[in-house]
Amino acid sequence: MYAQMVKTDTTKVRDLSEMSAQERAFQERIDRGEKIEPTDWMPDGYRKTLIRQIGQHAHSEIVGQLPEGNWITRAPTLERKAILLAKVQDEAGHGLYLYCAAETLGVSRDELIELLHAGKMKYSSIFNYPTLTWADIGAVGWLVDGAAIMNQVPLQRTSFGPYSRAMIRICKEESFHQRQGYDIMMKMAGGNEAQRRMAQDALDRFWYPSLMMFGPSDKESVHSAQSMAWKIKINTNDELRQKFVDQTVPQAQYLGLTVPDEHLKWNEDKGSYDFSEPDWNEFFEVLKGNGPCNRERMEARVKAWEDGEWVRDALMAHADKREASRTAAE
Amino acid sequence: MKKEWPLWEVFIRGQHGLNHRHVGSLHAPDAEMAIKNARDVYTRRKEGVSIWVVPSAQITASDPGSKDALFEPSVDKIYRHPSFYNIPDDVGKM
Repeated sequence: MYAQMVKTDTTKVRDLSEMSAQERAFQERIDRGEKIEPTDWMPDGYRKTLIRQIGQHAHSEIVGQLPEGNWITRAPTLERKAILLAKVQDEAGHGLYLYCAAETLGVSRDELIELLHAGKMKYSSIFNYPTLTWADIGAVGWLVDGAAIMNQVPLQRTSFGPYSRAMIRICKEESFHQRQGYDIMMKMAGGNEAQRRMAQDALDRFWYPSLMMFGPSDKESVHSAQSMAWKIKINTNDELRQKFVDQTVPQAQYLGLTVPDEHLKWNEDKGSYDFSEPDWNEFFEVLKGNGPCNRERMEARVKAWEDGEWVRDALMAHADKREASRTAAE
Repeated sequence: MKKEWPLWEVFIRGQHGLNHRHVGSLHAPDAEMAIKNARDVYTRRKEGVSIWVVPSAQITASDPGSKDALFEPSVDKIYRHPSFYNIPDDVGKM
């Protein structure tokens, strides 16, 4: 998802009888559906895992601006340009909500950004793919934001209060993102032959990377089991992927486009689609930094951070100076 | 120079004369920039007509550890709620 393969430092999920009194009380609060707030006691692993997960989620929002930002100056109409600008601005906002949620756990935003730039934190694999045509902007909104919504809607119920509140805000805004993407796809798929081909090509290239967003099957993963016990993960990767496929295939059919999977088939017995797994070797290569755009994305982030440094410093110096003269005048 | 912009808590009043409500936080060098940033981060869809910003360091919070003792006095005073009183249906709406 926007956070993929988050580690928990856990080797075995313990049941209540194996926990200390403090941990047991904590787990029981979660089991009762109570929200954990930043000043409440929490196990170290819960705190660390959340910092990783929320941090990765925030980084994904920020890096996710880059593939779409690529098309702001080349949007086909002024209206499309204004819409895309608003969407990319929303992503910046979503990143900020999430950094703030992470900061309540005792890490600073600058620290998180520096960890990202040092390659010590990740962002979603999906943003390492290029946006080659205008139809890709449609596919990103429709598929990538669609997949993100699948994960973020259940996360509104997550146990950590600030994360839950950020998710509620984000979900409210996210459905515009998916709809504007599908709107672009409808226009392209209903256009001339060249436009229709671009729409199909965008679906061909973004289908499997979108399925990868949910991460590999985690049925056997102790980290996922622990995260689910803590309610910072609500569904398994396979559940969400299945739901995404079931929801998306009819939308592709409506567009008259073909999902690039010859094994895709409705399964009457289970009441959902059978489909092919993405190439997980490719996924792991992208995570390792060898995707089509990994280097470009990180270079763009680091450059923006370094180029902006004098502005951040100057504004801070100005504020400090004004504060000093104000205090002196009193 | 390495100084992170301080954190501010943001409060927004919605359209209909309700109280300012805490909506989140953000980093800004000073109060003026905090207001401007809050406009962009928290009111992109007409969520408010007024913004307050307060340095996070200035917030004093109640101690979560003494939550039970702090709120205990209101637990057994059910007569403070209208549903405590039985008014016969014949009286009409009250």
